[in-house]
Amino acid sequence: MKIHIVDYGMGNIFSVQKKLLQENISVTVSSKPHDIIDADKIILLGVGHFKKAMDNLNELNLIEPLNNFAITQKKPVLGICLGMQLMANFSEEGSSAGLGWVDASVSKFKTNDSKKFKIPHMGWNNVFYKKDSALMKNISERDEFYFVHSFFLEANNSQLVLSETDYIERFCSSIEQENIFGVQFHPEKSHDAGKTLLRNFILL
Amino acid sequence: MFRPRLIPVLLLKNNALVKSIKFKDYKYIGDPINAVKIFNELKADELVLLDIDATSKGKRISSDVIKRVGEEANMPFSVGGGISDMKDIQELIACGAEKVILNSHAVKNPLLIKQASEYFGSSTIVLCIDVKKKFLSKSNYVFINNGKVATRYEPIKWAQLAEEMGAGEIIIQSISKDGTMEGYDLELLKSISDAVTIPTVALGGAGNFSDFQSAYRLGRVNGIAAGSFFVYQGRNKGVLINYPSSEDIIRINQLT
Repeated sequence: MKIHIVDYGMGNIFSVQKKLLQENISVTVSSKPHDIIDADKIILLGVGHFKKAMDNLNELNLIEPLNNFAITQKKPVLGICLGMQLMANFSEEGSSAGLGWVDASVSKFKTNDSKKFKIPHMGWNNVFYKKDSALMKNISERDEFYFVHSFFLEANNSQLVLSETDYIERFCSSIEQENIFGVQFHPEKSHDAGKTLLRNFILL
Repeated sequence: MFRPRLIPVLLLKNNALVKSIKFKDYKYIGDPINAVKIFNELKADELVLLDIDATSKGKRISSDVIKRVGEEANMPFSVGGGISDMKDIQELIACGAEKVILNSHAVKNPLLIKQASEYFGSSTIVLCIDVKKKFLSKSNYVFINNGKVATRYEPIKWAQLAEEMGAGEIIIQSISKDGTMEGYDLELLKSISDAVTIPTVALGGAGNFSDFQSAYRLGRVNGIAAGSFFVYQGRNKGVLINYPSSEDIIRINQLT
């Protein structure tokens, strides 16, 4: 089993890498297209600006190997935070097209009560399941995950939604479509529930 | 349900864990990595690590220590102390830090906040505001260099400017309450929390659990941070790292 973390210059790779290595599996981290081709599973993470992330993936010639991996070969991919959002068709952040793997778009949180609901949504919150998933095995709706984001994914197809979370309104906090998984929260920063999720992804 | 975060603040001096009273009287607490391990066991929401004399010594919080924290921590953590440019931020994020905390260098160069938040994303950039009254003055001002140097900024004005520049969160620290364990400066917390739309974090003065409730309900903050509360136990302030249970934490935003 070889898991590859795509390094495209956006965000905190060290924490995810460290948590995976604790599970005694082989982990590669690079921006090289051939490491995507060689991998069994891929983690696409990221923090920061959507358009900049797409631009980086483009410049590094990673979009084609990623599409091939996720869509043609249908091998497992886990998107974390911005990494999940990139799987959508489009984002308001920089008015940019995404990878288009799932029928969804990304919008910014909006609120009329900015004293009650600060943006970003930053902190611990629960997830409520919309379907069963091997990714969430042994994780209860009482368990909390750590979130930090100002944008959220809106699915056009409700079948895509794996879980929802309450902040301002109920939003999609994770997705699953065949081999494609995405979580808005940070499993690598979410104590035991996060560890369980990463282990579940390894065991898929 | 979304709830306030409860955040232990670990102060580093020469890479050892210390605790101060009013930014003075440093007492040795122990080894920071050991403390992180204990907070893992106790399932702390988040950690803050601050090197308190980095700026004064013209240095920056040690990457070596933060890398070891990054290897251990099962929760998000943010780091501050002498961070002055984009390279510093890049290096600390590569060590596993979720967020970096700007303070003195952001006052000297507010454009650093803008530059950093545009590149790393707002949610990665935290501003810490250290506040006290100037000598013989009735109003609060922002202080830098570990509370030693007064600036011309009023706390609310500086918080609003930082938000405009792209800061994603503001830690509001009262210097005169630090280590006193007599309660937060609730008026200060509320005045800044109501003046910005980004999350705020209370720091300075927490002595008991009801102080956390007051900070959340009256101070209107989103995160509640403390130092002494999490490292001392009992009237004689014996060193014992502690953290409330998840059942207790839920009580912070429930009316009693």
